[in-house]
Amino acid sequence: MSSATTIVKPVMPERHYLNDNYGIRSWLLTKDHKRIAILYLFSITVFFFIGGLFAALIRLHLLTPNGELFQADTYNRLFTMHGVNMIFFFLIPSVPAVIGNFLIPIMVGTKDLAFPKINLLSWYLYIGGATFSLIALVSGGVDTGWTFYAPLSSGYVKSPVIVMAVGILIVGFSSIFTGLNFIVTVHRMRAPGMTWGRLPLFVWANYAASLIMILGTPVIAITLILLALERGFHIGIFDPKLGGDPVLFQHMFWFYSHPAVYIMILPGMGVISEIVTCFSRKRVFGYSFIAFSSIAIAVFGFVVWAHHMFVAGISVYSALVFSLLSYAVAIPSAVKVFNWTATMYKGSVKMDTPMLYAMAFIGLFTIGGLTGLFLAALGLDIHIHDTYFVVAHFHYVMVGGMVTAYLGGLHFWWPKMTGRMYPEAPAKLAALITFIGFNLTFFPQFILGYMGMPRRYWAYPAEFQVLNVLSSAGASVLAVGFILPLLYFAWSLKYGEIAGDNPWQATGLEWETTSPPPTHNFHEIPIVTKEPYAYGEGEEVPVVH
Amino acid sequence: MSEQSHSHPSPGLYVVILLALVVGTCLTWGIAFKDLGIWNPVVALTIAVIKAVLVILFFMHVYYSNKLTKLTVAAGFFWLMIMITMSLSDYLTRTFLPR
Amino acid sequence: MSTSQTTTTDHHPALAHQFDSMEQQQDASTFGMWVFLLTEIMMFGGLFTAYLIYRLKYYPAFVAGSTSISVSWGFANTLVLIGSSFTMAMAVWSAQTGRRKGQVWFLIGTMILGAAFLGVKAKEYYDKWDECHIPGHVIGKGFNTWGGCEVKNPKLGNIADEIREKDPKVPEVAAVQIAKQTEIFFSFYFAMTGLHAFHMVIGLGLLTWLLLRAKSGEFGPSYYTPVELGGLYWHFVDIVWIFLFPLLYLISRHQHGA
Repeated sequence: MSSATTIVKPVMPERHYLNDNYGIRSWLLTKDHKRIAILYLFSITVFFFIGGLFAALIRLHLLTPNGELFQADTYNRLFTMHGVNMIFFFLIPSVPAVIGNFLIPIMVGTKDLAFPKINLLSWYLYIGGATFSLIALVSGGVDTGWTFYAPLSSGYVKSPVIVMAVGILIVGFSSIFTGLNFIVTVHRMRAPGMTWGRLPLFVWANYAASLIMILGTPVIAITLILLALERGFHIGIFDPKLGGDPVLFQHMFWFYSHPAVYIMILPGMGVISEIVTCFSRKRVFGYSFIAFSSIAIAVFGFVVWAHHMFVAGISVYSALVFSLLSYAVAIPSAVKVFNWTATMYKGSVKMDTPMLYAMAFIGLFTIGGLTGLFLAALGLDIHIHDTYFVVAHFHYVMVGGMVTAYLGGLHFWWPKMTGRMYPEAPAKLAALITFIGFNLTFFPQFILGYMGMPRRYWAYPAEFQVLNVLSSAGASVLAVGFILPLLYFAWSLKYGEIAGDNPWQATGLEWETTSPPPTHNFHEIPIVTKEPYAYGEGEEVPVVH
Repeated sequence: MSEQSHSHPSPGLYVVILLALVVGTCLTWGIAFKDLGIWNPVVALTIAVIKAVLVILFFMHVYYSNKLTKLTVAAGFFWLMIMITMSLSDYLTRTFLPR
Repeated sequence: MSTSQTTTTDHHPALAHQFDSMEQQQDASTFGMWVFLLTEIMMFGGLFTAYLIYRLKYYPAFVAGSTSISVSWGFANTLVLIGSSFTMAMAVWSAQTGRRKGQVWFLIGTMILGAAFLGVKAKEYYDKWDECHIPGHVIGKGFNTWGGCEVKNPKLGNIADEIREKDPKVPEVAAVQIAKQTEIFFSFYFAMTGLHAFHMVIGLGLLTWLLLRAKSGEFGPSYYTPVELGGLYWHFVDIVWIFLFPLLYLISRHQHGA
């Protein structure tokens, strides 16, 4: 963009993807990746708050040590439904299905994903799976933990395990088809001049996550099928009473579920790469390192799964190998953190809301990631496995990391998706409240876990109460921090400032088209000649904000 | 990106592959009744792998395809091997503790 | 790839709006099908992994179970499926070279062979039903491999007896235990061949759809992608069976003869 001497007030484009077509059919039968992204936005937000409701009930219950609010059986259902809904119906789709679906075709410079009808099918599969989840919920909820360990889940509990398993199976296929679409799009639909080395890092990150989606998800599909068969037909696949092996369930389950956490975090890391470089006004440091580290995480993530099974009775030699590899998988993540920090160094950092979330991510993800290394150490894991240390660890990476990145991305690309700016002051306030609430909720849990409080217990020794109360207080603050964006994003749709094409003065093809973009993304397919992230190349542009 | 649709094999080649697959199947079946001890499953699976490779290369045109397709097929089997070998490595080393 | 912008000069009727050319569409679609087949490799792969682990754990039971399914039918079915792969490849070739009749007849041939395969599998499943070899206690006459399935014919499906016949030194208690353990073998037998058969049924559906389109002359040298994709899917299902046959039917056959 060239410098201008007068500041032009931005206007909404007359026709764009939101008003090109009206009516419910134009939404429910759409093939436009941007509309599908919006459909997902609404769906996963609903499930975020369902999962959040269960979290609130858990933290309420844990205010007192003797489990006075809910019975033990009910408590089991609370943490299970919290985990299942958050992981499968919020975290895994979040960035890929909302932000990825919206942006990836635009970022690679094409009109839509490779297979738009399959993209719509992905959303319907999500809804189908979500329906089963809701059925399981109203039937009383599952109580096995989100990990569904057999034979508890296949032979002992009376809760609607098969219904829930079918729901996860269906939403798994939603994930598979999204990943398939992304991979083919990135390989085969790039605009002229858009070489791999010019792709935004957000695309690299989602590509890597998509590799995991297609290679890992089928394994949990077959695992759940076998679980359902065992539960339905009483055959001994995992049940030792019938000759089965419960550790086999864990191997098959974690073969997917460990790489799944990288499905969740990689797209978030992609968001952070985009935000950090834009708000440091500086080209990202070590583009190739960040790009290849995404691929490295995807590949290495597949060979570490048994670190969830160190105390399950696996061979010590096998455990040694998995422990070593778990240390190795931390290295590419560390590379990213170093590179983001180096990008900010001597950059011209602008503290807008997306950047606040990005900086929070870097700090909180680092804590979460480092505590993962504690858990990867064999001797230490014996002490802290299945304690609140684990709970704190994964909430630091998933909430402090992933949810933070998702919110940062929503704020960054909200103007592009809706044509309107969110209100900056409430947004900054919400970011601050979220950060404070998050740390107050989860930092005490590291201490609780180290002191020996087990996870998934409905009652605990009285000496742990203070920390639990702190954690629950933090949760109520965190809840406010999450509800505020719901309110001001909705407000912005009608009253937000018109954003214009490029309110952040960011680089990238998505900022060269209108906000919101036209249905076919570009009026003319771009020809890419520039390297990515050409920030600070001597251009001064007026900030229209 | 590829310049042309890949060339494809002739029916003659398909017939040759078919015969090879039939021969392989008969061999697998016949050898199964001979006692080769530990080598029985090895031979059977080796023949199966050869048959699969023939189907992949010629019936599925991978021999004539671009590098991306070949890489994709290789990646599939590589990931399958990760799953099988690392799972088995647990079960097979459980009794290795020095006593 | 050209450096000019997208052209809208020639529009093959089958060109989807998101693609710039038929070539890009074919490339992307074929690649997409391969990515999908990757997911299938991992799904069946999970079953294969579990199978391998249990084969190691319960080897005698797996031998006994394998003996009790018909190697002749399995062998015949393998040949049938290989034949159907051949006809499918020929159907794709016919589409590539614009032979409409060839497409139709080879697709029909593939479907007939596929249906024959499923027919044989149905017969095999029925035999297992008859012999009380269906695992679990929900379907059929209940799982019974040691006590005699039918009062009138206590030898039917009696694997414990078969074990002792082949090797009289095996004590009865051990034979009964091995026979009971065959339940896990049969679980995998039905899970693996069942999942495979399910994929074949879907394949037959796909082939029907392709047949209807081929009959109307939709496919030719400039557009045969759906047939090629159908072919990739069908060949994959064939490859799964190529591995299932030795793994399920040929466990230690040399000890038991035909």
